[in-house]
Amino acid sequence: MKAADIAELLNEPACTHNKKEKSGCSRPTPGASAGGCAFDGAQIALLPIADVAHVVHGPIACSGNSWDNRGTASSGPTLYKIGMTTDLSEQDVIMGRGEKRLFHGIKQAIDTHAPAAVFVYNTCVPALIGDDIESVCKAASERWNVPVVPIDCAGFYGTKNLGNRIAGEAMVKHVIGTREPEPVAAELVPPGITIHSINLIGEYNIAGELWYLTPLFDELGIRILCTLSGDARFHEVQTMHRAEVSMLVCAKAMINVARKMEERYGIPWFEGSFYGITDTSAALREIARLIGDPDLVQRTEALIEREEKRVRAELDAWRPRLEGKRVLLFTGGVKSWSVVSALQDLGMIVVASGTKKSTEEDKARILELMGDNTIMLNTEGARDLLNAVYELKADILIAGGRNLYTALKARLPFLDINQEREFGYAGYDGMKELVRQLALTLESPVWAAVRKPAPWSQKAMVIAGPEMGDSPDGGDESDAHAHDHDHTAPAGAAA
Amino acid sequence: MAEIIRHPKALAVNPLKSSAPAGAALAFLGINRSMPIFHGSQGCTAFAKVFFVRHFREPVPLQTTAMDQVATVMNADGNVVQALATVCGKSKPALVGLATTALAETQGTDIRRLVHEFRAKHPQFDHIPVAAVNTPDFAGCLETGYASAVKGIIEATVPDTAGSGLVGKRKKQVNLLLGAHLTPGDVEAIKEWVELFGLRPLAVPDLADSLDGHLIAEDFVPVTLGGTPISELTTLGEAVATIVVGRSLKGAADLLAERTGVPDHRFDGLIGLDACDRFTATLAEIAGIAVPDKLERHRAQLQDAMVDTHFMTGLRRVAIAADPDLLLQLSELFAGMGSEIVSAVSPIKAASLAGVAAGQVHVGDLEDLENLARSAHAELLVSNSHAAATAARLGVPLLRAGMPQYDLVGGFCKTWVGYRGTRQVLFDLANLVLQHHDSITPHHSRYKQPAPSAPQTAAAGGH
Repeated sequence: MKAADIAELLNEPACTHNKKEKSGCSRPTPGASAGGCAFDGAQIALLPIADVAHVVHGPIACSGNSWDNRGTASSGPTLYKIGMTTDLSEQDVIMGRGEKRLFHGIKQAIDTHAPAAVFVYNTCVPALIGDDIESVCKAASERWNVPVVPIDCAGFYGTKNLGNRIAGEAMVKHVIGTREPEPVAAELVPPGITIHSINLIGEYNIAGELWYLTPLFDELGIRILCTLSGDARFHEVQTMHRAEVSMLVCAKAMINVARKMEERYGIPWFEGSFYGITDTSAALREIARLIGDPDLVQRTEALIEREEKRVRAELDAWRPRLEGKRVLLFTGGVKSWSVVSALQDLGMIVVASGTKKSTEEDKARILELMGDNTIMLNTEGARDLLNAVYELKADILIAGGRNLYTALKARLPFLDINQEREFGYAGYDGMKELVRQLALTLESPVWAAVRKPAPWSQKAMVIAGPEMGDSPDGGDESDAHAHDHDHTAPAGAAA
Repeated sequence: MAEIIRHPKALAVNPLKSSAPAGAALAFLGINRSMPIFHGSQGCTAFAKVFFVRHFREPVPLQTTAMDQVATVMNADGNVVQALATVCGKSKPALVGLATTALAETQGTDIRRLVHEFRAKHPQFDHIPVAAVNTPDFAGCLETGYASAVKGIIEATVPDTAGSGLVGKRKKQVNLLLGAHLTPGDVEAIKEWVELFGLRPLAVPDLADSLDGHLIAEDFVPVTLGGTPISELTTLGEAVATIVVGRSLKGAADLLAERTGVPDHRFDGLIGLDACDRFTATLAEIAGIAVPDKLERHRAQLQDAMVDTHFMTGLRRVAIAADPDLLLQLSELFAGMGSEIVSAVSPIKAASLAGVAAGQVHVGDLEDLENLARSAHAELLVSNSHAAATAARLGVPLLRAGMPQYDLVGGFCKTWVGYRGTRQVLFDLANLVLQHHDSITPHHSRYKQPAPSAPQTAAAGGH
């Protein structure tokens, strides 16, 4: 991919923080960086499309070390779970045989699995030696009459977020708008009801949580033309341009898809979340409002009232156990605010939210939800994170899988919120799972057991925290207090 | 001798292979207070990190030189020097392990020159050894990368003392050079085995001390929280003997022998009665004492288990996919229990594959394993967690071995070696077979009398 193309992707006019630092532009610091690459991001964004053969063009690491590690679920085909890679050898690189290998690889994938389409992910080495994957895909597609989509997402192009956008761009450029949706069968249309079509962009069906929502849409007579990309099929992606509304479920990922579909096909879009009762209801309400069918609006309100009542009654039993518990939420992007609402629904106190990977819009939402004295943690390091937990007297850390064992080693209750997790939290019913998981870790007797010194031991097994003495690795003193507490000024003062 | 067969395929499907830099990182993670760095893009590190975090269920220190587009196109030398300086300054490691990736090698890095450059620019970090190794992802696999790193660690830390009369100065010390096919549980068992003879084991690397999964008093350390202490590495030349486990460590073992002159004893693996006996006899010889009664007892227990479980393992048709050293070791165990290895798959070609106890060894992936196992009617699969789906499609049980094992809690520290380890493996195997026992399909004879529609109280035909 040319530098100019990358720059264009980073320049996202729909982002309010577009004028500020562009993620992907800031150079990562050698020796002090965390997080994935553009290939990682592209794969996260598209791998859930279940009937596609996902071919990774590169040496073994990109696929070999990472395949089969996503929690995304399919209701049908399982082809997406088959890892495929050209596994480039030294000779392939030296002799320039990568393109040929890819071409035959695409044929192999088609011959063995008869996929709806083949997606080819470019990685660092072929990008560096100049394999022309776009031409190979074009030739292969013409030869075997199967859509073959190039996704030029070499890791060194930039961050995961850039990879999300590259993936979205590839869908806009090569897939969306290449097929008309099938009409809804007459027997599926209840009398007096108009069926409406929507897209859910950035919903990945982690642990199957999409299925907490789809029954509600069915009930409302709303057809999800496509989720990009949880439990999606290739032909669904092709028809996305016929939706009446797009909901952007994960703010940063693929905002370019929503914007471009608005430009090209006039599809209105909004950002929403399915985490928590309040946000789930708000999202359903907004979908109905944008569709603009008064009957639908009315039925949606009725559904919301019924569901809220039902779930709140079930959650009431849990509320006393969770109410007032202090949460440090440390996750990127949309989850930095969307989960806040879910936790507040339960009466929990979010003491701080991580914003390292959040946009200006995300941050504005956090302020809106949590008030002006919100602490935003702009840090990546485990040391800073733990110190913040102690300082803010958090009872639980909610973060991605990457910090799971950091928390456990520090003997802290933890909830995994990112894509590797094994439980679905979306929608009204997802809340029930969320409270269960929260209570499970918060109330666990293991914490007392592992903080207890051995009966014969003189010194207590101490968790280091500011109130308990010095940081254990005193040498890192400067580092230990370096976290950037972004005590945001009141909105009025800022304006 | 097994015939080695390559599969000319354009695509690797359901890869069995993990990359060489990941293997290098694993070896570095067995050194105390160490920090591995990959010279590559951020993703190279992120993927390997997640790979290990999911396998070990532990935080895993691993850094990156973070090659971006400019560094990739222009020059990434500065990234390496900066990454080394940043890591040495921030994390104060006892050792830095620097492994290249396919990206850096394709660009054409000279990693050793860059370490010199770092030394010249940052003399304040001279006390921190840097083990630099070439591990392009496009060559080898986890096992070869691991072996390169073990060699690199020796190169960077072990002084050349051969011929200086130091050998045996530490009368009780036995060096253990341990391969990638050994788990933290294995390493712990091997150390205890050595200790039974009154000897002092020094494991290099020591995964039992770093990645066994244990809570420490501190809440967080940025580097490894255990492993071989760097200070001990300088004493390797004073040991009475070196024991090497794993053929892939040949290069590392040769270098250690050359540098120290310590006599070594080499083993493929320590699973199964024969391998255990050879190891025990070697230790008795080194220590100059009789085999302790405790070991005799463990040996007798293993023999008893072999007899008990041979009903489940005998003639059992087994398919194995693993890196070469593990494949070799497991194949011997199964052959020794009367099983038939009907398909054996390795991700790379290696000289050791010829010794695998099977007619053929295929160099390939899990798709090859699936096809071979299906056509050979395998009854049991042995491979890493990726093969769970394969086993499900084949309808046979899976014994998880190798890396990664993300769907089996505790798989990372299972003990396979030694008399007791082997015994437990046999029990596990036998249980897997028992739980998947195919019973005879019932046949409903057409002449079988149907159940009467109503009970008949009076005896029929009595009159």
